[in-house]
Amino acid sequence: MERNHLQRRAAYMRETLFDQGYLDEQFIQLEDLQDDANPNFVEEVVKLFYTDSARFIRNIELALDNSTHHDFEKLDDIMHQFKGSSSSIGAEKVKRECTQFQEYCKAGNLEGCKRTFQQVKQENATLKRKLESYFQLKRQAS
Amino acid sequence: MNLCSSRAVNSLTVQRRPGDGVVHPFPAGLRVLVVDDDVICLTVLQRMLQKCLYEVTIHNRAEAALELLRKDKTGFDIVLSDVHMPDMDGFKLLECVGLEMDLPVIMMSADESKDVVMKGVTHGACDYLIKPIRIEALKNIWQHVVRKKKQNRKEIEFEQPGTEEDGEQQQNPVEDADYLSSPYEENRKNSNKRKDEKDEAEEMDDTSTLKKPRVVWSVELHQQFVNAVNQLDIDKAVPKKILELMNVPGLTRENVASHLQKYRLYLRRISGVSQQQNGFNSSFRGPPDVTFGSISSLNGLSLQALAASGQIPPQSLAAIQAAALGIVANKSAISVPLIDQRNVFGYENQKLRFGEGYQQLNNNRKQMKLLHGIPTNMEPKQLATLHQSAEAFGNMQVQSQSSESGSLMTQLAQPLSSNQILNEINGSHVSGLSSSFGQPTLSQPNPSGVLTRSEIDNVCGAVYSSVSHPSVTVDFSVNPCTQLPGNRFAPVSNSKMSTLVSKGILQEEAKSDTKGSRGFLSNYGVFSNLNQNRTPDWGLHNVGPAFEPTQHSNMNQQLNSLLADNTHCKAKKFPDMGFQNNLFPEQFDQEDLLSSILKEEGTGPVESEFSFDGYHLDNLPV
Repeated sequence: MERNHLQRRAAYMRETLFDQGYLDEQFIQLEDLQDDANPNFVEEVVKLFYTDSARFIRNIELALDNSTHHDFEKLDDIMHQFKGSSSSIGAEKVKRECTQFQEYCKAGNLEGCKRTFQQVKQENATLKRKLESYFQLKRQAS
Repeated sequence: MNLCSSRAVNSLTVQRRPGDGVVHPFPAGLRVLVVDDDVICLTVLQRMLQKCLYEVTIHNRAEAALELLRKDKTGFDIVLSDVHMPDMDGFKLLECVGLEMDLPVIMMSADESKDVVMKGVTHGACDYLIKPIRIEALKNIWQHVVRKKKQNRKEIEFEQPGTEEDGEQQQNPVEDADYLSSPYEENRKNSNKRKDEKDEAEEMDDTSTLKKPRVVWSVELHQQFVNAVNQLDIDKAVPKKILELMNVPGLTRENVASHLQKYRLYLRRISGVSQQQNGFNSSFRGPPDVTFGSISSLNGLSLQALAASGQIPPQSLAAIQAAALGIVANKSAISVPLIDQRNVFGYENQKLRFGEGYQQLNNNRKQMKLLHGIPTNMEPKQLATLHQSAEAFGNMQVQSQSSESGSLMTQLAQPLSSNQILNEINGSHVSGLSSSFGQPTLSQPNPSGVLTRSEIDNVCGAVYSSVSHPSVTVDFSVNPCTQLPGNRFAPVSNSKMSTLVSKGILQEEAKSDTKGSRGFLSNYGVFSNLNQNRTPDWGLHNVGPAFEPTQHSNMNQQLNSLLADNTHCKAKKFPDMGFQNNLFPEQFDQEDLLSSILKEEGTGPVESEFSFDGYHLDNLPV
């Protein structure tokens, strides 16, 4: 009973994540890869992502803080990689902010980059929080 | 999801692989190497590929992956590589793999901008996947392996011309009865793959072709023909006399007659193009290490261009053309030796087969000679193939008239290793003219964008004989008309196939052909299938089946229609297209296109950087 309830909650939460655009269909692709042999695949990949994203964010922060010279190409490059990772797990909002950031890089708009970067960090943190709750719920439900 | 595995099992015949006692349903067990600096992506891909029952190896460092490949060149069947990697550029890896191991390579990136995709094409990637990659896109990557093997087989066949004609018809071991497109003796063990192909695509409709002996105008044969014609003085050469001079058993007067007709048209076309700009005479010297491995579509150089430049004597031109044609036939890394005879003279058969107006066909073919395209999608290769087949005149034997073209040509004449070819091509003067068209491979099942390169059997650019050098504007306008759903860049679009066409030639024929070819070429994936299945004849009939019928029925139709065109979508329905307008408003377009491409490359006009299958189409910005 309790389990069913938890399961329902988890399902609802998942649905919300999709509805609100936090996740896209790539996440479903990940879920499809999960099976008995790889029961926690999605969670593992997401964890990997957050390790990686911390690194990306740090690198971008360093590059942006460089007051003397801003290498937009490098910024674009780092963000490109981050975008690739986030799209691999289906992090839609994060991906969108990354794309926006890249646009500003191409335009050489530093302020735009900084602003968007804040968005990137925010979306990234939000999704991380939500996914953590979701996985926790799922674990409890099973 | 179990779709991958279950489908794989259901759709494929269970084959026994030599060397192990286990029965594997192809393509299960395909050995895939994935290279990507993004660990998340690697992890996900690994899991996906495992789900497809492939044997996966992942590497996040390109250098290490390359070392691994070098240690065992046959250790993998296919490579998936990311474009942006810190330690090595993905395209560089692509080239190396193509050159050294001649494996099909699929590029991946979150970057879907056309330039990058085009770069993939020019460097010889057999496909380009946009991230995030879906498992559906991976399920069908095996087709690239099969396609490549097929191309290689043809290549080998080509090297044994004597057996060609008979071979095709008689070969086909029982197990491959349906898959007659090429002698498979040496590939018996790959019969499972072939069967799969057959099952999937029913491409080979060889049985029908077997009914009547088909002449495959191999390079040697064509050369003999050209020699005979020249001996007789081309104006007076009659089929009967040519036949006598050639003294080839089994060749009929009819064969010679039809071939002669085509040849004459070709020559006429060449001469008409002589005034064409010589702007692109620069040889395609592309980076010698350009490899293309998997892109079968490029048949490479537009021999025509070479011819146009007047550097190639008619004979060599023919040879080159043949070579080009052959090359187009799915060779990924080696364009030249890949001369697929069938393709070369495929048009001949096609013509017969489809009953299209000969003129039209010829026109189409001619037009196809040069692909001109915009390096936007990966069609150029396809176009090349198309052209080639259309042309089918070129001998594979390339006789180099000029040092540059000579090198190219001579190279073409011999079975060259892919590396050689690439280098040759680079160095040759196919510059500007190159219209190598890789055979477009249709990866039908690729939902993702990039079409499987269609194999352009006929290098459109077959340089026929250098009567005059039409300045060739190679314009790779590949249009990504993706027919294939998915995120891949699937230039399957009938509408736009940009064909590399020498300006001169195009001008004459630009009209519908280009359009036709455009569309045709755009089916990047489509062609590949076409070519593959093609039997000596340009495989038109095979084209259809090449693609997985289920998925690409429309493509098949397209292809078929295209094929009917002789590779250029003649059938396409460009009824009269006013190509002129689009194609060349005349010549300038192409030139501009080329120039812009070249500019990007920072090279002179027509630098053959675009190597597809080892052919440099010409400055395709890579």
